[in-house]
Amino acid sequence: MIFGRSERGKPPVEPVTLKILVAGGFGVGKTTLVGAVSEIRPLRTEELLTEAGRPVDDTSGVEGKRTTTVAMDFGRITLREDLVLYLFGTPGQERFWFMWDELSEGALGAVVLADTRRLEDCFAAVDYFERRSIPFLVGVNCFEGADRYPAEAIRQALDLDDGVPLLLCDARDRESVKEILIGVVQHAMAYQADRRQTVTT
Amino acid sequence: MSAEGQGRSHWFDDEAGPVVRPYAMTRGRTTSAAQHRLDLIAVVVAESQADDPEADSTLSPEHVDIVDLCRDAPQSVAELSAELDLPIGVVRVLIGDLVDGEFVHVNRPVPPAELVDESILRDVINGLRAL
Ligand SMILES: Nc1nc2c(ncn2[C@@H]2O[C@H](COP(=O)(O)OP(=O)(O)O)[C@@H](O)[C@H]2O)c(=O)[nH]1
Ligand SMILES: [Mg+2]
Repeated sequence: MIFGRSERGKPPVEPVTLKILVAGGFGVGKTTLVGAVSEIRPLRTEELLTEAGRPVDDTSGVEGKRTTTVAMDFGRITLREDLVLYLFGTPGQERFWFMWDELSEGALGAVVLADTRRLEDCFAAVDYFERRSIPFLVGVNCFEGADRYPAEAIRQALDLDDGVPLLLCDARDRESVKEILIGVVQHAMAYQADRRQTVTT
Repeated sequence: MSAEGQGRSHWFDDEAGPVVRPYAMTRGRTTSAAQHRLDLIAVVVAESQADDPEADSTLSPEHVDIVDLCRDAPQSVAELSAELDLPIGVVRVLIGDLVDGEFVHVNRPVPPAELVDESILRDVINGLRAL
């Protein structure tokens, strides 16, 4: 291990990595959305948990504990050789919030997917990102057979702040998902500019 | 706040995978002193002049797999977990061992959301448009 440490070969490109979260209730289209833009097949990663639903994070007596795994969707978009965007789709239920806590740390922003037939399924996610001041956008996934509501009605039902963008989308459609992601980044930019303003004045 | 408080013991459902035990390859360890909670998008980079990990008897085949993957290209923690089909907690421990052995180093994604350079965000937007 002492040999030649100073004369390494051509260093590999070490990309800047960013992440966007995709949240929402079961069946709302998270896996579909990630798959529509990811350059890798929609992989699911797993987290080791204790039975109580917390991540295993102490070394004592772990062997005796029963654990389970929780799947999350995971996608990658290489924007440039040195710039990679990752998407993480997580189950929306409150009992998975420990995962969101980890995922949201350092996240650029989030997409909350909503289905107008079950709007209440995304209340928890909206609440979560509001409380933690994570910039998010609401994407209303337009399923066939679901009634169309005007955006304003949905905003009211979700009690969204005026600043939170709301877009209609089709999670199966790559162009539509691109628009959603661009919307998140634009919103995050505006959000940060706002914050800087507040800090400096 | 607890809309669905049915049965604590049945909290796992379709969204949760099979029940497993911690892997023997970490010898029961689930954290590594050196790597406290490595971010999922932290990038693991192989040290180009490191020893052959296969020659190191303290390393498992999974350690060697990680080094091999990272030699092809730097990999995020999440990608390694997905690629090797191992839980993130396990991958974190293995990466910690490899850092200790100087087989790899880790680039943490330092910028929390508020600090990301605006020019990077513009690059992201342009990159997405160009997809
Ligand atoms: N019509 C329509 N169906 C969708 C859309 N998005 C997802 N689906 C379907 O809805 C089902 C659930 O989607 P999935 O991505 O698995 O939801 P998840 O549980 O949030 O990951 C799948 O059968 C999808 O094909 C959409 O925008 N429109
Ligand atoms: Mg899914």
